[in-house]
Amino acid sequence: MAERTSATQRATREAVRASLEGKRTEPGAVIFKVMLLVMLLSSLLILVVLLADILIGAWPTMRDRGFDFITSGLSLNPETAGVWTGIIGSLIIALLVILLAIPIGVGAAVYLEEYAPDNRLTQWIDTAVRNLAGVPSIVFGLLGLTIFVALVNGIGLGGSTEGKNVIAAGITMAALVLPIVIITSAEAIRAVPSTIREAGYGVGATKWEVIRSHVLPSAFPGILTGTVLTLARAFGETAPLLVIGVATGFFSASSDATVIDNLTGPYTALPVIVFSWSRQTDPAFAATLAPAAITVLLAILFSLNGVAIYFRNRFEKRW
Amino acid sequence: MTTTTPKIDLSGDPRRRTKERTVRALFFAAGFISIIISIAIVLSLVGEAWTFVKGLIDEGELGSLWSLGWFPRRGLYDLRTIIVGTFVIAVIGILVAAPLGLGAAVYLAEYASPRARRTLKPVIEMLAGIPSVVLGFWALSFIGPEVVQRIFPSAGVFSMLSAGLAVGVLITPLVASVSEDAMRAVPSSLREASFGLGANRVTTTIRVVLPAAISGIMASLILAFSRAIGETMVVFMAAGAVGGALFTVNPLDPGQTMTAAIASLAIGTDQVAGEGLAFQSLFFVGLLLFLMTLVLNSASNRLVRRFRETY
Repeated sequence: MAERTSATQRATREAVRASLEGKRTEPGAVIFKVMLLVMLLSSLLILVVLLADILIGAWPTMRDRGFDFITSGLSLNPETAGVWTGIIGSLIIALLVILLAIPIGVGAAVYLEEYAPDNRLTQWIDTAVRNLAGVPSIVFGLLGLTIFVALVNGIGLGGSTEGKNVIAAGITMAALVLPIVIITSAEAIRAVPSTIREAGYGVGATKWEVIRSHVLPSAFPGILTGTVLTLARAFGETAPLLVIGVATGFFSASSDATVIDNLTGPYTALPVIVFSWSRQTDPAFAATLAPAAITVLLAILFSLNGVAIYFRNRFEKRW
Repeated sequence: MTTTTPKIDLSGDPRRRTKERTVRALFFAAGFISIIISIAIVLSLVGEAWTFVKGLIDEGELGSLWSLGWFPRRGLYDLRTIIVGTFVIAVIGILVAAPLGLGAAVYLAEYASPRARRTLKPVIEMLAGIPSVVLGFWALSFIGPEVVQRIFPSAGVFSMLSAGLAVGVLITPLVASVSEDAMRAVPSSLREASFGLGANRVTTTIRVVLPAAISGIMASLILAFSRAIGETMVVFMAAGAVGGALFTVNPLDPGQTMTAAIASLAIGTDQVAGEGLAFQSLFFVGLLLFLMTLVLNSASNRLVRRFRETY
């Protein structure tokens, strides 16, 4: 009898110790954790399969053509076609985005964070920014088609395309990324502690002097990171360009075209080349050239992202 | 008895004040541009959309908004076709993105060690950085033939299913990052209270963290749905039906969405010009799309603000 009690006691003691020491494995908990891990790993697996599929498709072109593929212009012959025209178009669009969206966006962020009184108008601006950030990109294309194309034509830069040129594309893309620039810059400015500002006011600086000498330099890394990511977005965006008349077929500038002729003439962009090659009837374009163009596009985007991550780590300030 | 205070001007250099006012005005103008762009979008859409509706009324053709399918060049503007097509693809996208994105978010927020998080999060962000035209190409060259047609041999290369799957891949990182933010915003004191009562990590996650973060999670799903509705390139390249589409709800058929309808009309703009109301119909569809995403985004914004206020 006494022995049996002690056996039960021993078993109880073991069970209590096991559960206190956490050696108990609950199947439910393990299954849950494995399930979560499977979800996460499937997203990563999709990324790997996608990149592998595209790189395998791109390999023959990359091997045989190398840099020639990057520096050749559009052509109807798959042997000589390259992405240079698209890279130039995308670079001009990115330049216009830097010239238009960055100053306006950072300015708007400074106004919202530093100046704006708490009134109806400020709320409207705030609502407008947040709603614009969610507007589908193709709707910005429609905006560009009715307003910016006419605007470019109206100020005499229409050229042979009657305004459906790279200038209108740059303005449209700037409007598209403006809300993102405002939101990321506002976050960077908000992260600057108020003691930094007070230090400036304490020595008699005006508001603008404080912003110029204290707030903007402190927020600069954040703004820069946001800017680079914005450029990546502008580089990959396709849909609005299709609406505002980007060339989806073959074109070439005449040899005696001036800079203005080229800026106001037909244009294309790197992602648009991906789109138009993937629907060419000649299978050489869709099977080998489109993946090669995607590889160039992704290489540019990933380097931009890498630059952004570098800036974030290099200049990040902890207050 | 009156003491006269000496007049000292404390307002500073007038040039400095003028400069302050100028700078303030410039910043205000930069902020106001967002309102101007918003108004410009609405006006540019409403103007042409009204021309479209008025044109249909004048011709007595309002019935063409409810007909066999979406064939704008033949004067058939069946809205059902493109709205249902949009929703079929967006629902497939959410069915893919919700489990993948939420699973990844829960793992990153509740299970992953800080070190694992630092390596896994950039990879998810990398997936988010892939442009939609690339996913469109991949849907066409891989998901269509290698996935959809293997499982459903009756499906064509173009189908709403393969477009929907690719849209799902596209919006997964969005679901993951927004709902991870929501879960990380849940204060750790709640978790500690639950652990203190003897609950394990699964119970804590399911019974404490998820309910506390539910508004943020809902916001991420609504936002992802809105993004799926507004997604153009994947659908335009992989769902087929470029010229037009018959009404269908079968995901294995090619289909047309609102965005793809706009894009395919716009690409052929030159042929469309002067051909009835096809060009104007583009803006009518654009207006519908704008209003739908506006409603969804406002709902999502409201939910996000709620979880920010609670904690």
